[in-house]
Amino acid sequence: MMAIVWHLFRLCRVVEMRFKVTVTAIDFTDWRLQLNNPQCGAYASFEGWVRNHHDGKAVDALHYDCYPELATHEGEAILAEALAKFDITDARCIHRYGDVTIGEMAVWVGVSAAHRDAAFLACRWILDEVKSRVAIWKNERYADGNSHWRVQG
Amino acid sequence: MSITVLYFASLKDAANKSSEQCALPESLPHLYAELNAQYDFAFEQNALRVAVNGQFVSWQTSLNDGDSVAFIPPVSGG
Repeated sequence: MMAIVWHLFRLCRVVEMRFKVTVTAIDFTDWRLQLNNPQCGAYASFEGWVRNHHDGKAVDALHYDCYPELATHEGEAILAEALAKFDITDARCIHRYGDVTIGEMAVWVGVSAAHRDAAFLACRWILDEVKSRVAIWKNERYADGNSHWRVQG
Repeated sequence: MSITVLYFASLKDAANKSSEQCALPESLPHLYAELNAQYDFAFEQNALRVAVNGQFVSWQTSLNDGDSVAFIPPVSGG
């Protein structure tokens, strides 16, 4: 019986989600709690917010286009790579898409680890990889009425 | 025998649609060349990645009836 329960637990771990995209406001409460672990002495997180300017131009709003299936697949791959690359215990990331207003959260990264150095490094690395690999595209809508698909950054 | 092409970001703007059905093409590069001639996308093929059925693949991947194809311009999340 215990063997069956253990096997089911292992299966659940394998299919556990660590990355998701959402069209509604990011709520990381549940995923933040899932990072709690008595072996961890560190939790590092990052929130990316929508700011009201870019390259000296006033930005009114952002729209993120997204290919959810591809984005989720690549996001999960990034977090799996982070778990292999850094001495961390777990990591999660949520990215917003659709219309996002100034001041709202566009991305959240959370990392737990035994010690702070690995948590900080992995958090930064995950964010950089997400920005460069995940199928999400930022369209800035400027106060002058123009809009622009950002190619990077 | 047909496939679905999905458009994102500036490709969606240029095509003025988010998806369409196309006849099963000879290859992915042929498909992109045809669509690029039609819509005048802002990218040459070598600036794009390509995904089939929600996963990145190489441009040499062959297509099957019912596949879903997306040309992926440089991303800009965060």
